[in-house]
Amino acid sequence: MVLLMADRLRFTELAMPHMQALYTAALRMTRNPADAEDLVQETFLKAYRAFDRYEDGTNLKAWLYKILTNTFINSYRAAKRRPEKADVEDVEDLYMYHRVGALQASGIGRSAEEEVFDHFTDDEVKQAIESLPEAFRIAVLLADVEGFSYKEIAEITEVPIGTVMSRIHRGRKALQKALMDFAVARGLVGSSEAGH
Amino acid sequence: MGSGESGFDCNDTIERLYHYLDGELTDERRLEIKHHLDECSPCLDAFDFEAELRSVIANRCKDHVPDALRQRVYDALLEEERGEVAGG
Repeated sequence: MVLLMADRLRFTELAMPHMQALYTAALRMTRNPADAEDLVQETFLKAYRAFDRYEDGTNLKAWLYKILTNTFINSYRAAKRRPEKADVEDVEDLYMYHRVGALQASGIGRSAEEEVFDHFTDDEVKQAIESLPEAFRIAVLLADVEGFSYKEIAEITEVPIGTVMSRIHRGRKALQKALMDFAVARGLVGSSEAGH
Repeated sequence: MGSGESGFDCNDTIERLYHYLDGELTDERRLEIKHHLDECSPCLDAFDFEAELRSVIANRCKDHVPDALRQRVYDALLEEERGEVAGG
């Protein structure tokens, strides 16, 4: 009995600090706070049950994210009637830079980019990420929000590293397009500058 | 601008910009990119923009964990442990 409690406490001590990050990821994945909470709870339970298989000193965060991602894919992804796709073929590299960089900075010592970035709300950034098709969304989440390496992402999502790179690249393009759409809608950028 | 005698030009650099940003290049290639960025302000500008955008995304994507969720998870783990004790 004491051994089991020690396990639970040790697990709690190691895993709970990651809850905020996992919850954020769960929200972006499920796009639904109730589902996100269920996903997080299920992830922690599964992780606890599998804790004897976790190798001390190895990458706990990646290990937890793998459980989260697998659980999401197996249990929570919406039943899709049509495959999601994002047409990023016409979104060139440096999409946002080319459009925002053309703005005149209005304040002394402030770059045009800073002006636009400052004007995005947290919700807009989250919505932009959530608008991405799942494969891109997960790749961008893991790379840009969580800072995992390509190799770690390949292990977490169980796809080849080349696929990871492609999804990140295309996901970022799609994200920039989504952010620019917000910027145009808010009048931060003229639609002609945005190339619409 | 562009390349010196050898070394990366703007195209080479932009092509690898994300890998560079992600810290995923070989040391050799990182050096080539860094050299180019040191000498080419348009490319450096583009790099700075992408780096800034990435940090904006990371910083804006934070959510407060509801206390009730924390409690739920603690309770669920405790329940699980009790189940183990009972030989479940």
